[in-house]
Amino acid sequence: MKFLLIMHNNPAVWESLTEAERNAVMTGHGGFIKTIQESGEMIVTQALADPSNSAVVRVRDGLPVVTDGPYLEAKEFLGGYYLVDVASRERALELAAMIPDAAVDGLGIEVRPVMFSAGMEMEI
Amino acid sequence: MTEPDRVGRRIEDLTREIAPRVLAALVRRYGHFDECEDAVQEALLAAAVQWPEQGVPDNPYGWLSTVATRRMVDQIRGEAARRRREQVDFARRPADEQVAPPVDPRCDGERPDRDDTLTLLFLCCHPALTAASQVALTLRAVGGLTTEQIASAFLVPDATMGPRISRAKQRIKAAGATFDPPDRAEWADRIRVVLHVLYLIFNEGYTTSSGPVLQRADLAAEAIRLTRAVHRQLPEDGEVAGLLALMLLTDARRPARTTADGALVPLAEQDRGRWHRPAIVEGVGLVEAAMSRGAVGPYQLQAAIAAVHVEAARAQDTDWPQIAVLYQILERVSPNPMVTLNRAIAVAMTDGPAAGLELLRALGEDRRMAEHYRLAAVRAHLLEMAGDTSAARDAYELAARRTASLPEQRYLAARAARLP
Repeated sequence: MKFLLIMHNNPAVWESLTEAERNAVMTGHGGFIKTIQESGEMIVTQALADPSNSAVVRVRDGLPVVTDGPYLEAKEFLGGYYLVDVASRERALELAAMIPDAAVDGLGIEVRPVMFSAGMEMEI
Repeated sequence: MTEPDRVGRRIEDLTREIAPRVLAALVRRYGHFDECEDAVQEALLAAAVQWPEQGVPDNPYGWLSTVATRRMVDQIRGEAARRRREQVDFARRPADEQVAPPVDPRCDGERPDRDDTLTLLFLCCHPALTAASQVALTLRAVGGLTTEQIASAFLVPDATMGPRISRAKQRIKAAGATFDPPDRAEWADRIRVVLHVLYLIFNEGYTTSSGPVLQRADLAAEAIRLTRAVHRQLPEDGEVAGLLALMLLTDARRPARTTADGALVPLAEQDRGRWHRPAIVEGVGLVEAAMSRGAVGPYQLQAAIAAVHVEAARAQDTDWPQIAVLYQILERVSPNPMVTLNRAIAVAMTDGPAAGLELLRALGEDRRMAEHYRLAAVRAHLLEMAGDTSAARDAYELAARRTASLPEQRYLAARAARLP
């Protein structure tokens, strides 16, 4: 089953870290990526640019309206994600705990199931 | 089907029948499951390129066996060459040490038609592997599918499936697995794992109603093909027959279980005229024969339940009391909250919704089930039967929120919307 391991970023938390701590988090991702690549659980990972680079597109009366900036103004925003294919929810939680950001005070990894197209019919 | 398609199809059927035998022969001669498996895959690729152009050889087994053996020998030579560069004593080796004749079971004094499917299945379904790895390795080594085909069937990139298969092969090696069949003490456990893997492959194919439908539907056909092969080798095993029957009886409903746009149709509303009759006849025959022989296991019971469902000409003719009894036996043979959940449906259909809801109340105390969408979905149906439409609607909505299955969510949301 597939899960999205979502890394929420909070610039205030990030800036409060020492350079050594920041480096540890960043290099920690390399080890994590290697682990889940070798185990055949990794589908894809992306880190996202700062939301100040975002634009939001809305179509009104058939015309696109583009506004600069993020969709929601918030202290925290989507910083990046891992999409993994694992045997169970327990394994997804175990992987999330291995992501270095999970150990940073003030941060956490959100684990959300990905919907799939298989389904069983009811017996009644 | 065009002529090249027909040829391609024939070649694929042929190679997938032969590949496990070639692999088994190689593994018996050389050990090293990992390298042998790579050699067979390369031989299959060569066949896929050459046979459509040059025609299928007179002895396809001999052809694949020779090519795979040559690859294997190349590999051994390559390793030997590496060793030679590292070691200085190579001059003392006999010159022909690295040369091996092609593997052919006939040279080993074995029956050429020996079916190694089961032996390979035991290896691929080794208990040291995770279920996902067992499934992937089985499809590749026994099913003869390529890594790309398996990846696409499971909707993951090749880059995910490739390492999964490699790691599985390494684990088998590390676990010291041999090509010997499990001994008597292990046999029952090992065959249970094999049947479970085949069941998982089947379910993966059967439950899919959208996405790359054809490829995933093929997984159900592949599971049936492999289970048939095991049944041929173990015709007296009631659980193997039971699993084959369960697959056939479930798969028989496939044409009716979804609408053209992929929406799920519950059993009671399926157009029974679209069920696949020959599969039903075969499945019912298998399960009846198996159950008359004695020792009844969980697959036979599930197949028997499926048989009672498909034997009813109309949904309202379903023999629910018999299904309730079968679920009760199944619950005793293999206790599992999902079985209890299904029994609650049968009990509700037999003794009324209140009796079914009573069973669900007990299930709600089971930590494994309390949060499960399926519990909410069944409760919703039974509440609807009982005429409590407002509670039923809430339960359908809760189930719809909890499921990660798109077609089930769509079905549950539609049931909720239908209620006043």
